[in-house]
Amino acid sequence: MFSRAYRTAITVPPLLWVALFLVVPYGLLFCYSFWSVSPSQVIVHSWTLDNYRQLFRVNVYLQTLFRSMWIAARVMSFSLLLGYPLAYYLSFYAGKRKDLLYQLVIIPLWVSYLVRAYAWKTILGSDGVLNTLLQYVHLTKHPLEFLLYSPFAVVLTLTHIYTPFAFLPIYASLEHIPRNLVEASHDLGASPFQTFWRVVFPLSVPGVLAGATFAFVLSLGDFLAPLLLGGPSGIMISNIVVSLFGAAYNWPLGAAISFCMLALVLALLFLSESLEKKWSFR
Amino acid sequence: MTGTRNVPVSRWLPWHAMIVFGFLYLPIVTLIVYSFNGSGVGGFPPRDLTLNWYRLLAADEAIWTSVLNSLLVALVAMAISLGFGIPAALALDRANFPGKALFRRLVLLPLILPGIITGLSLLMLFRVGDIKLSLLTIVLGHGTALISVATTEVFAGLQKLDRAQEEASLDLGANYWQTFWHVTLPNLRLSIIGAALLIFTLSMDEIAVSFFLIGRDNTLPLEIWGRLRRGITPEINAISTIIFIFSLVAIVTWYRLRTKTETELVL
Amino acid sequence: MPSDSVAERHRDNRQDAGATWTRKQLATQSEPAITDSTQALPLLTVRNIAKSFGKNHVLRDISLQVAEGEFLTILGESGSGKTTLLRIIAGFESASSGEILMGSEHLDNLPPYRRRVNTVFQHYALFPHLTVAENISYGLKIARLPKQEVATRVEQALEMVKMTPYAGSKPSKISGGQQQRIALARALVNRPRLLLLDEPLSALDANLRRQMQVELKSLQREVGISFVFVTHDQEEAMVMSDRIALLRKGELEQVASPREIYGRPATAYTAQFIGHTNLLRGEVKDGVARCHSLSWRTGLRDGPGLFSLRPENVRLAENTRTGTTVRFRGKIVRQAFHGATELLQVECPDGLVLSIRTASREDRNGDVDLEFSAADAVPVRESEVPQP
Repeated sequence: MFSRAYRTAITVPPLLWVALFLVVPYGLLFCYSFWSVSPSQVIVHSWTLDNYRQLFRVNVYLQTLFRSMWIAARVMSFSLLLGYPLAYYLSFYAGKRKDLLYQLVIIPLWVSYLVRAYAWKTILGSDGVLNTLLQYVHLTKHPLEFLLYSPFAVVLTLTHIYTPFAFLPIYASLEHIPRNLVEASHDLGASPFQTFWRVVFPLSVPGVLAGATFAFVLSLGDFLAPLLLGGPSGIMISNIVVSLFGAAYNWPLGAAISFCMLALVLALLFLSESLEKKWSFR
Repeated sequence: MTGTRNVPVSRWLPWHAMIVFGFLYLPIVTLIVYSFNGSGVGGFPPRDLTLNWYRLLAADEAIWTSVLNSLLVALVAMAISLGFGIPAALALDRANFPGKALFRRLVLLPLILPGIITGLSLLMLFRVGDIKLSLLTIVLGHGTALISVATTEVFAGLQKLDRAQEEASLDLGANYWQTFWHVTLPNLRLSIIGAALLIFTLSMDEIAVSFFLIGRDNTLPLEIWGRLRRGITPEINAISTIIFIFSLVAIVTWYRLRTKTETELVL
Repeated sequence: MPSDSVAERHRDNRQDAGATWTRKQLATQSEPAITDSTQALPLLTVRNIAKSFGKNHVLRDISLQVAEGEFLTILGESGSGKTTLLRIIAGFESASSGEILMGSEHLDNLPPYRRRVNTVFQHYALFPHLTVAENISYGLKIARLPKQEVATRVEQALEMVKMTPYAGSKPSKISGGQQQRIALARALVNRPRLLLLDEPLSALDANLRRQMQVELKSLQREVGISFVFVTHDQEEAMVMSDRIALLRKGELEQVASPREIYGRPATAYTAQFIGHTNLLRGEVKDGVARCHSLSWRTGLRDGPGLFSLRPENVRLAENTRTGTTVRFRGKIVRQAFHGATELLQVECPDGLVLSIRTASREDRNGDVDLEFSAADAVPVRESEVPQP
């Protein structure tokens, strides 16, 4: 139905932009990862696999990567544990208030990351709101140190940030389930819990997968929360990359790590998508 | 119809929901409360109600410069995102070309990719192209990252658009461009406004990509970030509160627009 | 599959199937007194059920009984409340007032998953993530029946609806008509005491629909379970039902067998909703009804009278004439060909316009002599308009 000119006009400009500002940069990332930096802080364009070798040889990189994955896994789990029942409640029990409650969930989602991370920083510090509150009601005598500048703080903050992210696709998939399936299940003798387990949950799995992927992938690559709240024990892989592009000045190595992260993320996305397709029942 | 009659509602679900909402909002509420707290950021209970921090904030020139920078960046980024995102949505909806699936993934990738990767790769682009880091590079970064938002919103709006309207327009003698201008675009009006609102808000708050592309001039989030490195001041509570209120208004408006789109088109 | 003796027993219990209840009678109807020990309790008793959604009174004072092994159709336009009534029986809605009993037990306080009632949903509601066989076995597995029995019953159910080769298919891969059979099998395999069907044939095309009507009816006879069937299609209701309950704006207009409800409609609405009719409005005085230039003897009291005259009961005048025949002359103004019969619109000199149904004939025109028997002018009530 649409003319050639029309189709060209809507296709070419975005394609060009995407090519220039997405494809080329990723390509550069790839290239940089094979270069190296000379002692005089100049980037040498000779091709070598040294950076990748370093990744696997030097302990700290792998260690940090695994710690980051462990943090990301915890964030993902907590986000799902918090987000799923919330989505279920909104979709099946909220009735008239559903719309209002939905807005309440997405508002934090779009309000500044920085503002929220900062808020936790003020709450968890040794002079922070939580510690002084606990002391005020005489639950503790001294400030709890582990609250801030620890993996705990990072997991807590990232869970706070990414729970709405996990909530959205779960809620969407729950909303998609025709209500007459729930009625049919009741009609056939299944209790509400049995109905949930046998009908609702299996049909919501694609949403759960999507939510889990978001939470995991975005947490894995996060560097702001660890910088603000992580302390030395909460350093994540992205922080290493940041320093390599900053003070430690080794762009090629940083690029190598980034590229590995990119590859890992793409692999996870691909896996999640094929699983979603397999378990969706359209 | 939600829930089922004659069935006892699972009793812990509402409690869980309340706890989650508490978890989501308590930090923000704390921030707001303490922005009026005389004795600063920590300490419980809050006392000495004061507008002091807001007064300090009002006099803080650096912050307001960064606000202006952010506004500028947001407006231009909005133009870029919409300018390329709307055609992209149209292309995904109605054109077939080799590599379409790949294109779709690429456009949506910045949404799910950690900001550091988008930021770093663009940094490399500017390095290689010998472009100095400045507000311009930030604009290009935001514009690129937020195309995905524009595309998603407009694409959703296109799904609700009745193809028959465009066909009727063509049938009545209008050509493709006229149809686009007089029929397609007005129907997408609400989606575009919604997308614009969302993009603007996200750009104002953006920090991950901006972190790597910043030159001499700060955007608001980066200005705040810089101060955080130096130490916490309650002024930050004040500006955070203001940011929260603006974001709140923007998001609620966006949501209202989006649901309005649905009901309007059904009629 | 229920044994023959069970089916027979159900057939024997269908005594009330032919009775006619008009709204007035229903209002004063009390619970059937068990005067005879061989007369069983009706399977389902609906008593004074009312349902409102806010200010919207969807059902007002509905009382109804369903006998064992009966095929009862709840017939009504959209908005009549028929689906709501069905959902109340199934347990998905609770009535604002009134009660529902199965046998002598109250059903109202039981959730749907504890009632021995199963439903065939309008859009089938098959579970998309389960195969056909898994869908059918769902209720049996919930009831924790032994594996072997589950397998046997599923097999029987598949055979009963002639879908055995599709046991391993997913619902998305089979056609609408096939999905409908599976929905039926899924409900029946649990051997409910009552099967509810919510407009199950409305999504099928005309031919398939007619075929399914016949199949459903014979299935019901075979299985012997009471069916309560909801539809807006009056033809469908007449083909399939033992009794029809006509619902209008939340109230029962008439409950009777198809022949009864067609031949002796209680109200003008019933006469017009089911089949075609001519409504003759006239005055009754001294045992004679007068409508325009027509008159005939009637047993009605003096006063205004409303009569329903079916088009097929008006025929071309024959030579012999009896005392109860009403004869008149009219001009054919329209002729609509319907295949075996045709519908003629005849205008009388005094302005009365009637519809006549006769065998098809090509060359009709001009004035004709027509007649009908006085007995075919059935007196009907005006339909009362429900209070807001």
